[in-house]
Amino acid sequence: MASIDINQVSKIYAGGNKAVHSVDITIQDGEFIVLVGPSGCGKSTLLRMVAGLEEISEGEVKIGGRVVNKVEPAERDIAMVFQNYALYPHMTVRQNLEYGLKNRNTPRSDIDERVAEAARMLEIDQYLDRKPRALSGGQRQRVAMGRAIVRKPAAFLFDEPLSNLDAKLRVSMRGEIKRLQRRLGTTSIYVTHDQLEAMTLADRLVVLNGGRIEQIGAPLEVYHQPASTFVASFIGSPAMNLMHAELHGDTLAVGPSTLALGGYAPASGEVTVGVRAEDLRVAAAQEQGLLFRLDYLEELGSQRLVHGHVGDQVLTAAMPLDVQLHDEMRLAVDPRRLHFFVRETGKRIAAAEAVPATPQPAMEVA
Amino acid sequence: MQKNKLTDHLVLILGSLFLMVPVVVAFMTSTHAAADIHSNGLSLTWGGNFVETYEKVLTREGGFTGQVTGSRMVMNSFILGIGFALGKIVLSMLAAYAIVYFRMRFATLAFWVIFTTLLLPLEVRIMPSYQVMSELGLLNTYTGLIVPLLASATGTFYFRQFFKSVPDELLEAARIDGAGPIKFFIDVLVPLSRTMIAAIFIIMFVYGWNQYLWPMLMTTDERFFTLMRGIKQILQVWIGSQIPDYNEAFALAVLAMLPPVLIVVIFQSWFIKGLTESDK
Repeated sequence: MASIDINQVSKIYAGGNKAVHSVDITIQDGEFIVLVGPSGCGKSTLLRMVAGLEEISEGEVKIGGRVVNKVEPAERDIAMVFQNYALYPHMTVRQNLEYGLKNRNTPRSDIDERVAEAARMLEIDQYLDRKPRALSGGQRQRVAMGRAIVRKPAAFLFDEPLSNLDAKLRVSMRGEIKRLQRRLGTTSIYVTHDQLEAMTLADRLVVLNGGRIEQIGAPLEVYHQPASTFVASFIGSPAMNLMHAELHGDTLAVGPSTLALGGYAPASGEVTVGVRAEDLRVAAAQEQGLLFRLDYLEELGSQRLVHGHVGDQVLTAAMPLDVQLHDEMRLAVDPRRLHFFVRETGKRIAAAEAVPATPQPAMEVA
Repeated sequence: MQKNKLTDHLVLILGSLFLMVPVVVAFMTSTHAAADIHSNGLSLTWGGNFVETYEKVLTREGGFTGQVTGSRMVMNSFILGIGFALGKIVLSMLAAYAIVYFRMRFATLAFWVIFTTLLLPLEVRIMPSYQVMSELGLLNTYTGLIVPLLASATGTFYFRQFFKSVPDELLEAARIDGAGPIKFFIDVLVPLSRTMIAAIFIIMFVYGWNQYLWPMLMTTDERFFTLMRGIKQILQVWIGSQIPDYNEAFALAVLAMLPPVLIVVIFQSWFIKGLTESDK
């Protein structure tokens, strides 16, 4: 077990292509960090640099206080779980689990003990003598995790380990990874492009975009106070509504609609305003609201998503099933629930008064 | 549908007859006495001389020096065939490993240079090769017979393609598991290439077994004669009005055919897997 320090790390490929830009992350001992971002954002590259599979162009990576830039992957005291499992196809499950230990000259009795323990923990005892090809995707992923566990490394590195599984299995494996990590208390870095996976697993999220960190924070912090329009639209499903708007004193103008903010306007002039679908509700008779034209509905069972326009900008609202809907209606929102971003840079404008981040579970759309 | 099946079978039967009959004729003829063959030509019936002819072929000390027996030639052919096949596999696997997994300058160039030698058959470089071997004093040795033929563009190419299809994650997993380059090669790549190795082994064994020109140049000492040379030798012994030993030539030809056939039959399923399946 160890802390991991990622210090001003960059990755520059031959030809000057910069995939990761001076990234700083400090990971506490035992913490579960999720790197999340769209494909090509450098999250896997970053993970592979920590693993030692990719050379670190600039900066340094410390694992347990030791700089490992020039250390071979095997010597870094890490274990990695790959997207396509990367099990050795010609070895039985047992041999797969043992291989790393054997190469380290672990005594036989020790190997047997650790393999048995990991197999019990992952409930793969009865498959130990099978070849990976005779296992289902979920079982293979367990074996891949077992291979990491038996090593008792200082850190686990997960590279999109669940993306090859079907949706249902993914949810249950997600729970299992979380449970396992809690139980072992091993520092973990987990890479995914799935924001839901990121939200549910992480102690802290690192949102990456274009090789740069957009935001680091606890899942709810990132959800309720996204640092940029990118984070706002990436984390949460449905994505946060982002609209062009203008602030005139204390009044927000979105297209033809205006909202009085009651003292919550953090700036003035042109801004991007963000609002979560679930923070919108149908306005009461005399209440102010955004003029909304309904386009279509998506039924999710527990609620429905209402897609439509405000002026010429699209807006999605989540509504309980019992709300009466009209083709044209006004949608109200608590001004404290609005997010303001600088129009040009997409950076968050700090609220005049801190937005209270009432804990609210991430909405799950599956 | 029924009719189709019938013609299908007919075509297949005709095809196999076309391939089988010459072999059967050779075998049947080999069981007749030489004089018999000389007067009656080829034959499709059992001649009854089977034991005598084959015993003679395998044990009689023939040739000019009287030092070489049929079994000795079979052994030589095996040494050539197996040494040739194994050597080629080892060499081309190592070459392909270097080309695919090591970041060398000129790796691609090296590959293409090897690849273009596919276009040059042995015959083109046979004189220089002979010269080199002769200056190294390797004429009339097994080393001289085998080593110059070992570099194999075909094998290197096949293994390169195979290694390229092995997922990178496997290498990365092995690196994290603490396996160095040699361990990775032996513990992971070689077992994964099993079917490929079998396929190449068959192709190369048959190729080596059937070598004629090179052994003829390299060996003057009859102790190193291979079956392919032996067959020729029998028909060349042409003294006075003596009838050539047709029966022995046929017997030797049948013997020469057996090992490759056996190897193909034994390794058949692997062979097909190796060439068609990418089992990872």
